Amino acid sequence: MIGIEHYLTVGAILFVLGVLGIFLNRKNVIVILMAVELILLSVNLNLVAFSAFMQDLVGQVFAMLVLTVAAAEAAIGLAILVIYFRTRGSIAVDDINRMKG
Amino acid sequence: MIQAIAFYFFATIVVASAVMVVMARNPVHSVLWLIMAFFNAAGLMVLVGAEFIAMLLVIVYVGAVAVLFLFVVMMLDIDFAAMRAGFSRNAPLGLLIAAVLLAELLLAVGAYNAGGLSLGTPDGSAVQAADTSNIEALGALLYGRYIVLFEIAGIILLVAMIGAIVLTFQPPKPGARARQDVGKQIRRRPEDATVMKNPEIGQGVEL
Repeated sequence: MIGIEHYLTVGAILFVLGVLGIFLNRKNVIVILMAVELILLSVNLNLVAFSAFMQDLVGQVFAMLVLTVAAAEAAIGLAILVIYFRTRGSIAVDDINRMKG
Repeated sequence: MIQAIAFYFFATIVVASAVMVVMARNPVHSVLWLIMAFFNAAGLMVLVGAEFIAMLLVIVYVGAVAVLFLFVVMMLDIDFAAMRAGFSRNAPLGLLIAAVLLAELLLAVGAYNAGGLSLGTPDGSAVQAADTSNIEALGALLYGRYIVLFEIAGIILLVAMIGAIVLTFQPPKPGARARQDVGKQIRRRPEDATVMKNPEIGQGVEL
């Protein structure tokens, strides 16, 4: 029988793959954004699994809010990427030192 | 039994596509694998009865976010081969951190399995009643107790939309051809623009 631990394992693997993606594709901002989406997906999967196995719908409300923030983050991130590419002609992370933070 | 088969099917494909998202050489392929991962995660959510979130995942992620990614990947003219230069250099550290993280997370799951952790009990105020569908119960909750959160989510989306437009908007250059002057358009009258001619047969018209 499938229990909550199965879902949590899948969530954990997805989360780790997202973190790994950020490390492996350190130069490519687009793939980093996709890895962040994977991480958020794993969070959603965990929230939904807890919500379903504990018979409490609040987790699904939360998952919806996470989804909203993920969509907003992708839109803003890609917009920043587009204007950055427009001014610099490149999106390599290593080149982003203009702000000298 | 059928639930277990479906779970392992979806879970395997989710994990495999996530690996391909990270490993694919071409970012366009990464986006396509991401779509695959989202579809199968939606399948996992349907399995536990969260249909609304599953459909939302398909609509919002596959329909909007993934297409947005595709647009941007194809719009930007980038040498992706050069981007992968540091791939193998970063691999050992990345794999090490990933292994540690995975071990820790699975340790927690194992502790739960062994009975060392308990989930706690919800207060039962948000239980899905037996005779309501998932979307009905979720809607009652969203438009009732969590109405403020719901509206804040809407405002976040509005801010993101305005932000994306403001960031990427390019004002038209002064000499650009396709510029719209609304006042000029409204001031223009039919008499200024058209003339009536009644030419003789066989004669041309000179304007």
